[in-house]
Amino acid sequence: MMARRYALLLIGLGALLLVSCVVSLGFGPARVPVEVVWHILLSKLFGIGEVNWSAGQEHIVWLIRVPRMLLGALVGAGLALIGAVLQAVTRNPLADPHLLGVTSGATLGAVIVVLHVGEIVGLLTLPIAAFIGALLSMLLVLAIASRHGRLDSDRLLLCGVAVSFVMMAVANTLLFLGDHRASSAVLFWMLGGLGLARWELLAIPSASVLLGLVLLLGMARPLNALMAGEQTAVTLGLNARNVRLRVFLIASLMTGVLVAISGSIGFVGLMIPHIARRLVGAEHRRLLPVSALLGSVFLVWVDVAARTLIAPEDLPIGVATAAIGGLFFIGLMRKR
Amino acid sequence: MTRLTLTQLAWTPLGHGHCHHQFQLRDANLHVAAGEFVGLIGPNGSGKTSLLRCAYRFSKPEAGAVHLGPHSLWQQSPRWCAQRIAVVLQEFPDAFGLTVDEVVAMGRTPHKGLFDGDTEADRQLARNALQSVGLSGFEDHAFATLSGGEKQRVILARALAQQPELLILDEPTNHLDPRYQLELLQLVKRLNIGTLASIHDLNLAAAFCDRLYVIDHGKIIASGTPREVLTVELLRDVFGVAALIDDHPLSGYPRITWITRP
Repeated sequence: MMARRYALLLIGLGALLLVSCVVSLGFGPARVPVEVVWHILLSKLFGIGEVNWSAGQEHIVWLIRVPRMLLGALVGAGLALIGAVLQAVTRNPLADPHLLGVTSGATLGAVIVVLHVGEIVGLLTLPIAAFIGALLSMLLVLAIASRHGRLDSDRLLLCGVAVSFVMMAVANTLLFLGDHRASSAVLFWMLGGLGLARWELLAIPSASVLLGLVLLLGMARPLNALMAGEQTAVTLGLNARNVRLRVFLIASLMTGVLVAISGSIGFVGLMIPHIARRLVGAEHRRLLPVSALLGSVFLVWVDVAARTLIAPEDLPIGVATAAIGGLFFIGLMRKR
Repeated sequence: MTRLTLTQLAWTPLGHGHCHHQFQLRDANLHVAAGEFVGLIGPNGSGKTSLLRCAYRFSKPEAGAVHLGPHSLWQQSPRWCAQRIAVVLQEFPDAFGLTVDEVVAMGRTPHKGLFDGDTEADRQLARNALQSVGLSGFEDHAFATLSGGEKQRVILARALAQQPELLILDEPTNHLDPRYQLELLQLVKRLNIGTLASIHDLNLAAAFCDRLYVIDHGKIIASGTPREVLTVELLRDVFGVAALIDDHPLSGYPRITWITRP
């Protein structure tokens, strides 16, 4: 019974994601009819159908919107996954991908590049610098949090928050003292956006999200046990410290990659797991796929809102996730 | 058959300052034979939980050894231990709305590899475990909504689903109504596997345990059958209370009556 309901839900969400991906491509500053989108996709993916659209439409759909939509789906899935597992290993329902100091490290990296280094390796400079910053702050958090070879989750969270504050203080100081035109570029990145999406930039985020999903699904049982408590996990034969460290590393690396390319997008990692738990419960073998799918669908549509609400300008997607997500959740709470 | 042996065990809590002598263990010797129900009694802070933690490979002793049969626990993996020793703690997985059958299914964790799904045999084990604690039909209930007694029984069912050779219980009857205290201990006793339990209620310990160990200030100061151990002198010296001890009129085991002055 339960298994069938779950299978149906998974299929339904998968279908919803596919439809969302295609339909969302029509929206943007320049509307493209859905059937044109469909024909362009068929022609590009399978080489079938006749060309009855303009080169401009093809450019917009295939070179701009498809990579952007794919990046949105990946980032949404990744952040939701990370949020779900971090909430479990820290046993803290308010844990989210940005709490562990990774995002602020990435921000500092980005600020330094934009203000002082410039695009030395082209378009990739900002993501690379952000990722290096993320990595360094992750190592810093780990170094401070571990004591006597132990790594308990309260210390981890507190160290993450403390490191975040220090990193942001440095980044904000640099911004405050720096060139104001550069700071608006940094601000845009900090508020999150999928505007960097290009086909050639998709390989790394997709590999990291897929790999992360597989690894975390493999750890679903340990995650369940750890969610029940540290001692319980040990009595069920787990090395709780190792599991927590592994989850933290996977989550931080994924966050680093995603933040580097899309800035800090809030809400998804915090709330999507809770919504997913309302649907399928907390058991991770079921929770993780559902979280990922919900996160994808959510971010694909939020990005549609972000690029249409104040078209032709892009609304930073972090602003849109926060506003839409917050309102949605308030509605959900009031209904209960 | 396997038996649990603790020899010359010493352990000091980490990071609690230098002057904290509570909870530490000195020269603790203890054994549990196959099928034997052994109770651990002692005042608050005497080291009961510390000793149990050493016995289930949570705390690593500074000196001494913990053996299950011929195997030293600390030369085996946590997984190896969890396949043989199940533990019922006071720690409840309330946080994120797990259901009862999900909590019980956790008991299969030590027997499963990374990507293994649940087999029909696993599900059958979980069903049997729930049935033996009298909670069939509660599978889809949210664990957090159960009463304290039901939670405790679900955790016991999880331990049973682990198919252990040895059961360790940390104050399993805390917060339970008399009826569930008795039912839980009767159930554990009927399982007929080696059991080490810390028990607060001395009359329950006297009624159910084959042997008792008394721990005080981290040292085992007495051991033997309930009749040998539970004496007026011991209760006065260790627990600081005056008591009468006579025989239970129906079952014959020692009965403790506290002497109270209004």
